Amino acid sequence: MIEIKDLHKSYKMGANSLHVLKGINFTVAEGEMVSIMGSSGSGKSTLLNILGMLDEADEGSYTLDGKPIKNLNEKIAAKYRNQFLGFVFQSFNLINYKSALDNVSMPLYYQGVKRNIRTEKALHYLEKVGLADWATHLPNELSGGQKQRVAIARALASNPKVLLADEPTGALDTKTSYEVMELIQGINDEGKTILCVTHEDDIAHMCKRIVNLKDGVIIDDSEVTQVRAATAYKKAMQHV
Amino acid sequence: MFNVERWQEIFETIRKNKLRTFLTGVSVASGIFILVILLAIGQGMQNGVAKEFEDDAANRISVWTGVTSESFKGLNPGRRIQMDNSDYEMAERKNGDELEFKSGVYSVWGGLTTYGKENGSYRIEGVRGDYQFLENASLTQGRFINTSDLQNFEKVAVIGNRVYQDLFKQKKAIGEYIEITGVKFKVVGVYTDPGGEREETRIFIPLTTSQRVYNAGSDLRSLVFTLKPQSNFNKALKASEAFSAQLENDLKTRHSISPTDERAVNINNSLENAKRFYDLMDMIRWFFWGVGICTIIAGVVGVSNIMLIIVKERTKEIGVRKAIGAQPLSIIGMILHESIFVTAIAGFFGLIFSLFLLEIVGPLIETDYIRNPSVDFGVAITTVVILVVAGALAGFFPARRAAKIKPIVALRDE
Repeated sequence: MIEIKDLHKSYKMGANSLHVLKGINFTVAEGEMVSIMGSSGSGKSTLLNILGMLDEADEGSYTLDGKPIKNLNEKIAAKYRNQFLGFVFQSFNLINYKSALDNVSMPLYYQGVKRNIRTEKALHYLEKVGLADWATHLPNELSGGQKQRVAIARALASNPKVLLADEPTGALDTKTSYEVMELIQGINDEGKTILCVTHEDDIAHMCKRIVNLKDGVIIDDSEVTQVRAATAYKKAMQHV
Repeated sequence: MFNVERWQEIFETIRKNKLRTFLTGVSVASGIFILVILLAIGQGMQNGVAKEFEDDAANRISVWTGVTSESFKGLNPGRRIQMDNSDYEMAERKNGDELEFKSGVYSVWGGLTTYGKENGSYRIEGVRGDYQFLENASLTQGRFINTSDLQNFEKVAVIGNRVYQDLFKQKKAIGEYIEITGVKFKVVGVYTDPGGEREETRIFIPLTTSQRVYNAGSDLRSLVFTLKPQSNFNKALKASEAFSAQLENDLKTRHSISPTDERAVNINNSLENAKRFYDLMDMIRWFFWGVGICTIIAGVVGVSNIMLIIVKERTKEIGVRKAIGAQPLSIIGMILHESIFVTAIAGFFGLIFSLFLLEIVGPLIETDYIRNPSVDFGVAITTVVILVVAGALAGFFPARRAAKIKPIVALRDE
């Protein structure tokens, strides 16, 4: 599904440039659930942004679902993002003057889906994340966990190949974090490829594979036994 | 354009920033308001000037003589030049084909006129039948001077409306006899002139009669002509200028006047005057357009500024939209749509308010040079087009900026 070869990226910071990614090689097969770990400054967010076509690599090749992602113009990048990728952000990034339903249906709007079909589909995904009753609410009327679930529904709405999550639980408490992870695991169970950037160990272990980044290189890439969020949640509750 | 969601978004942002949108709107509305008012005043001035030219035929050329100012062929300056019938006949003979109306005039200032107990002092003009058209006069009663009057030296008079009111006080005038400087004349007609009272305090009598009554022999005070109509203004102007020059030349030759003498022969060419006025009007009109457009530009800059702030504020949102697949074009469309909407609505308010004001105040303006200030449909349409263009222009730069925002930069923006 995702194939990256010898990826380099550096940022210009005034006079000197900062080499963030120093030759990343990795592949992700369909249906995998990979977490990208690393301390801040390790380049994990940069990697995710390049994967999400929000940023472009300086060197190396990136192939997504068999399509080379290189020198895309804005128009095609937008189209690919819309078709192939779903984003979940740490800060949710919902549009705060639109209802939950409108937020979810926005990717479909950009796909050119008709209004009534759009609403129907969006409602379906809201139901999937358990927020059908909150469809008409504005984001600021929702809790953090609910907001992230709306964001996940939005990411799923366009039925993308890959779901990219950038610290999806970063702004949530443990309880809601596990709820959100449970939801994401469920989506993975249905066969969707998921990439999840995090620096929390427990969240990383809820994925099936952990890629560890340090100073712009992969220092570790190993399969792990997935911890189900539901079990982790129960355990955590027992300690309380 | 008919996308419900985009409209919702626009209303949403406007609702969030009422004051800002209002202030922007005011700058555009005042721009349009000033433009329309200026254009209306320009139109009013044109109407006023057009009115000024109504009192005589628009293409009238009149010639009168004075005193020579230069010596020529051994003749001293200060010689009084007197035209007579032969000058008129010469002009008629030479230019017969070109002339539409023509008349020699012998006039007397302050001719004391009495009817019964009423009397007044009026200008008496001996004229030919064509003079009615040269003066742009229309008859309200009776007839004008005709050829048989001229041939038979008839003592008939056509009096101005004002004269009629002074002497007859609404009584029957046709067929009555009035005494002009001691000679009885039969009133055969009453005329009215768009030039108003000044032009209506005159009495026309046959030219031949006036020359005989005032013992003037064949003397003429002035010659008045109009040329046959041409297909357009410029052609008419050219023809009348050529005719004026030719006539001046002929008269100078006949009366042994220096070709460079500017005082002896005077020619007043209405078309030339009109052209001068219309050129001035055109300039004033361009000036008004210029000022109006500049005001609108100020408004546009205001809108543009506001839109830039909006784009800045919505950087993150735009980034999110791009991340979930918004095409650059749809972002541009969103910003442009909003700015066109704001300018159009504000502009229409300005337009309607100014039209309303013109409708109410316009008729109250009573000066010679501004008459019925108004804008016509074409101008209204033009301003609407200007508005939409202005809105698009105001939105263009912010929109381009919005479209250039990289999603990654946008998402980092807090």
